[in-house]
Amino acid sequence: MPMRFLLLFSRQGKLRLQKWFTPLTDREKKKVIRDVMALVLARPPRSCNFLHWRDIKVVYKRYASLYFCTGLEDQDNELLTLEVLHRYVELLDKYFGNVCELDIIFNFEKAYYILDEFLMGGEVLETSKVAVSVSMENADTLQETMEEYMNRPAF
Amino acid sequence: MHTHTAMSPSVPLQEMIRAIRSARTQCEERGVIQRECAAIRAQFRQADNGGRSHNLAKLLYVHMLGYPAHFGQMECVRMIASPRYSEKRVGYLGAMMLLDEKQDASLLITNSIKNDLSHSNQYVQSLALCTLACMGSAEMCRDLAPEIDRLLRASNSYIKKKAALCAVHIVRKVHELGELFVPAARSLLSEKNHGVLHGAVVLIIELCEQNPETLERFRKTVPDLVQIMKGLVLSGYSPEHDVAGISDPFLQVRILRLLRILGRNNEGASDSMNDLLAQVATNTDSTKTVGNAVLYETVLTVLDIKSESGLRVLAVNILGRFLLNNDRNIRYIAMTSLQKIVGTDHNAVQRHRGTIVDCLKDQDASVKRRALELSLALVSASNIRSMMKELLLFLSSCPPELRAHAASGIFNAAERYAPSQRWHIDTMLHVLITAGGDVRDETVPNLIQLITNASELHCYTVHKLYRALLLDISQQSLVQVACWCIGEYGDLLLKGDCQETEPVQVTEDDALDALETVLQSHMSSPATRGFALTATMKLSTRITDNVDRIRSIVSIYGSCIDVELQQRAVEYNALFRKYDHMRAAVLERMPVIEKNSPGHTNGESTGEAVKDVPTAKMKQGEPLLLQQPANQVCDLLDLLGGSEETLQPGPAVDCLVSGLSVHAAGTAGGDLLDLLGGFEPAELSPAPQVLAYDKGGVTLTLSCEKQSDTGLTVTLTASNSSDSDLSSFTLQAAVPKSVQLHMKAPSGDSLPARGTAKVTQMVVLNNPNKVNLKMRVRVSYTRQGSPFQDTVQIDSFPGLDAAGQ
Repeated sequence: MPMRFLLLFSRQGKLRLQKWFTPLTDREKKKVIRDVMALVLARPPRSCNFLHWRDIKVVYKRYASLYFCTGLEDQDNELLTLEVLHRYVELLDKYFGNVCELDIIFNFEKAYYILDEFLMGGEVLETSKVAVSVSMENADTLQETMEEYMNRPAF
Repeated sequence: MHTHTAMSPSVPLQEMIRAIRSARTQCEERGVIQRECAAIRAQFRQADNGGRSHNLAKLLYVHMLGYPAHFGQMECVRMIASPRYSEKRVGYLGAMMLLDEKQDASLLITNSIKNDLSHSNQYVQSLALCTLACMGSAEMCRDLAPEIDRLLRASNSYIKKKAALCAVHIVRKVHELGELFVPAARSLLSEKNHGVLHGAVVLIIELCEQNPETLERFRKTVPDLVQIMKGLVLSGYSPEHDVAGISDPFLQVRILRLLRILGRNNEGASDSMNDLLAQVATNTDSTKTVGNAVLYETVLTVLDIKSESGLRVLAVNILGRFLLNNDRNIRYIAMTSLQKIVGTDHNAVQRHRGTIVDCLKDQDASVKRRALELSLALVSASNIRSMMKELLLFLSSCPPELRAHAASGIFNAAERYAPSQRWHIDTMLHVLITAGGDVRDETVPNLIQLITNASELHCYTVHKLYRALLLDISQQSLVQVACWCIGEYGDLLLKGDCQETEPVQVTEDDALDALETVLQSHMSSPATRGFALTATMKLSTRITDNVDRIRSIVSIYGSCIDVELQQRAVEYNALFRKYDHMRAAVLERMPVIEKNSPGHTNGESTGEAVKDVPTAKMKQGEPLLLQQPANQVCDLLDLLGGSEETLQPGPAVDCLVSGLSVHAAGTAGGDLLDLLGGFEPAELSPAPQVLAYDKGGVTLTLSCEKQSDTGLTVTLTASNSSDSDLSSFTLQAAVPKSVQLHMKAPSGDSLPARGTAKVTQMVVLNNPNKVNLKMRVRVSYTRQGSPFQDTVQIDSFPGLDAAGQ
C-alpha cells in the first residue's frame, strides 16, 4: 500500500532528492535509480504517466526541468498518486515562492523537511496545505530562535 | 577555488554547492568534493563550534551526488543527541539518509529517539517519530511501541497523526504488535482533525490486512466510516481541504479503501455501504483528475465487495466512460481495471470492446500494452474474425517489445476459435510474414502439424508459402515452414492448378532455385538450412527431370563445414547410391500428425526447440517424426547399415521396406519406431494425478509410481493460475520417521502467472517398514516481494492402496 520511494531528478539525469520508504542496500538503491531514471527519461512527451518496472508501478510527472517520480505497489491508486506529487510541488512552491530547480538544489534540506511534513512511511501524513505550511514556519522559527540565542554574545 | 586548513571557518553550504556546480569536468568536481570532505572530516573532529549543522548538511549534499559519506554516520548520532533543535534537525535528516536498520550505528540513536519522543517541544517529538517511521528496525519498534501507543492517545493532533503513521510502520515491521494499537486506532476514528483521521484509517487498514480477526472487529466501524464519507462528499466548500471542488480526496480514497477491505466477502457490510458508494459514484465531479481518482477508487471498491448488480453496472459504466476520456492516464487505468474483471463480468466488458480495440491504435506504449491484453481476453467465437483483423493490423505496426506477446496471443486465439482450417492457416501465415522473428520456436512444428491436418488445403498452402518465400527469406520460422511444405507437397506445387489460388506455373527448376537460395543465403540459420536440404532431398521423389541437380546439391553439402548439414548430406548421398531402392519409401508423404491433447500444441507441452536431437527422452511418439524427419532417416539407415550383416539380404529387406511403407502410410509414427525397436516405447498413459493443494491460485498435484516393493517415486507438479508471478518457489517435505526421503532438484523456482509454466520436483521414498505413508509438504514462495508459506498434509497417494502399499 505505501509508496516505495520518491525521486526528483533533472532532464540530464542529476538526482535532486531521494526518499526511500523501504529498507534497501546502497547498491539496490543505485540500481533502482539508474533503471527508473532511464525508463522515465526515455518517455516521449504527452505519454501516459504510468509505467511498469519489475513488480512495481512507476508514476511520474514532469514539472519544468524536474521529474517527480515514485514507485507504487500493485494495489495503489495511480491517479491519486499524481495528486500527491502535485501537492508536494504546490507545497514547495508555497514555501519558496515560485519554486524552481535551483531552489531545491541550494536548499535541499528544506525540501526534505517539507516532504517529511507531508508524507511519512510512504503514506500521506497531512492532507491540508495550510497545516503543512504552518508546521514548516513554526519549525523554521524554532530553528532561528535557537540559533540567535546561541550566537548572542555572552557578557 | 577554496583552500582549507583545519582551523579555517567552514564554508557555508550554499557556497560549497556553488563551487561544486561550477566545476567544469567530472575530475574537477571530484577535486572540489575531496577537499570539502577533508575539511568536513576535520571539522567533525573538532569540538563544538556552532557550525556543525552546516557541516553535516554539506556532507549530505555530497552524499546525494553519489559520493561516499559513511564517515558522517557518527556525527549524525552526535547531532541527534545535541540539545539544539537546528542540530537535531540535520542530525535526524542525516540519520534517515545515511543510516538504515542494517547499520550498527542505527542502534545508537535508539536512546535519543526514546528521549525525544517525550520532549517538551512537539517539533522535536516530530523528528523522532519521523525517523522511527523511516528507518526503525524491528528491535527499535518493539522497544518503543508502548511509547507510540501512549502518544496515540494523549497528545495534540500534530503528534497524534505522526504517531499513527509511526504505528503503521511498527506494525509492518513487527506484526504481533498490531494487537497493541487496536483500541487506540478505534478511538481515533472519532477525531475531527483530517490528518489524524487519515492516519487512523491507514493504521486500521494495516491492522485489518495483517490479521483477519482484527478485521472482523473493525467491521463494526462501517457505519461510522460511511458517516464520515457522507460528510466529506456532501459538505460545502471547505477551503482547507479542497482540491478542485473535492473535499479532501486523500482521505476519501483511503476511507474507500478501508470500506473495500471491510466489505469484501461480507454481505452485511457490503449492504450498509451500498448507498454511499452509489452516491459517491454519481456525485463526484469527473472533469479533473482528482475527481477521477476518487471515482476510480469507488469503482475498485464496488467491484471488490458484494455489491448489488445495479451498482456493479454503474461501476463498469464509469470505466466505460473512462475509456472515452481524452486523458491517456484515465484510459490506461480504465483498461487495467477492466482487465481485472474480464473474467467475472465478461459480458459487461464486451460491451466496450470497440473502444478497447481503438486503443490499440493509441500512440502511447503503455496504453497499447493494456489494450492488447484486454483485446486478447475479449476474443470469443462470435467476434474472432473481426477481432483478428484488428489484432493483425496491430501486429504490423506494434512496438517491438510487444510483438512476441501479440504473436503468441494471436496464435492462442486462432487455436481456440478458428472458424475454418483455411482461415487458421492464413492467419498463422500472416503472423509469420509480419512478425516471424518474434514467434516462439514451437510455432513451426505447430503450424506444420496444422497444415498436415488440412489435407484439402495442401495445394493452396504450398502455393501460398512458395510465393511468400520468393518475396522474403529473412523470417526463419516462415522459411522453415515453407521449405518443409515445398519438400513435402512439391508435387502439388508443380502441378500448378489449384482451386483456391490463381494458377501459376512453377517449374522444377523454380522450386529447386527457391530452396537453393535458402540454402546459400547468409540470412538462413543452420536449422533453416537443414529444412531446405531435407526438402530438396524429398523433391527427388516428386520431380522427374532434375534429379541430377538434386544429387549434385546433396553431394556438395557432403563437405559442408556445418556438421549437421554435412551429416544429412552424407546420408542422403548414401540414400542415392547404396539404398536407392528404398528412397521412394523413405521420402514418401508423411502421415497426418495427431495432436496430443486439445488446446495444447506439440511444442508447448514439451517446450523443445525444433533443433533438439531426438536422443532426449520422448513423451509422445509422434512429434519426433515431425521435428527431425532427416534424423529419422539417418537413424533408419544406421540401423540398417549396422545390422546389414545379420539381416538376410533380399526378401528380408523387401519385407522391411514393405513394413515401412505400410506403417508410414497408416497410423501414427510411433509404430514405425516400435518396428525398428531403436527407441523406448512412448509412455502413453499418464500416471493418475491427485490435487493435493489449492490456495491463492497455487495448485500442487502429485502422481506416484511404485519402483519396487518398498520404493516409490512421487512427482509433485506446481502451477500458478493467479495474475502475479511467483519467485523463489520451494517445496520441502517431511515423512514419518522410518521412511527414507530423497528430494531431487526441482525443475525451477519460478512460477509465472496464469499457468504458463509449471515446476516439477521428484521425491524418492523408501518405506522399508511399510508404515502408513503420510507426507507433509511445505510450500514457500515470494509474491510481489512478500514471502508466503503454507503447509499441507498428504495422507493418500494415488496408485497405492489405503495402507500406502
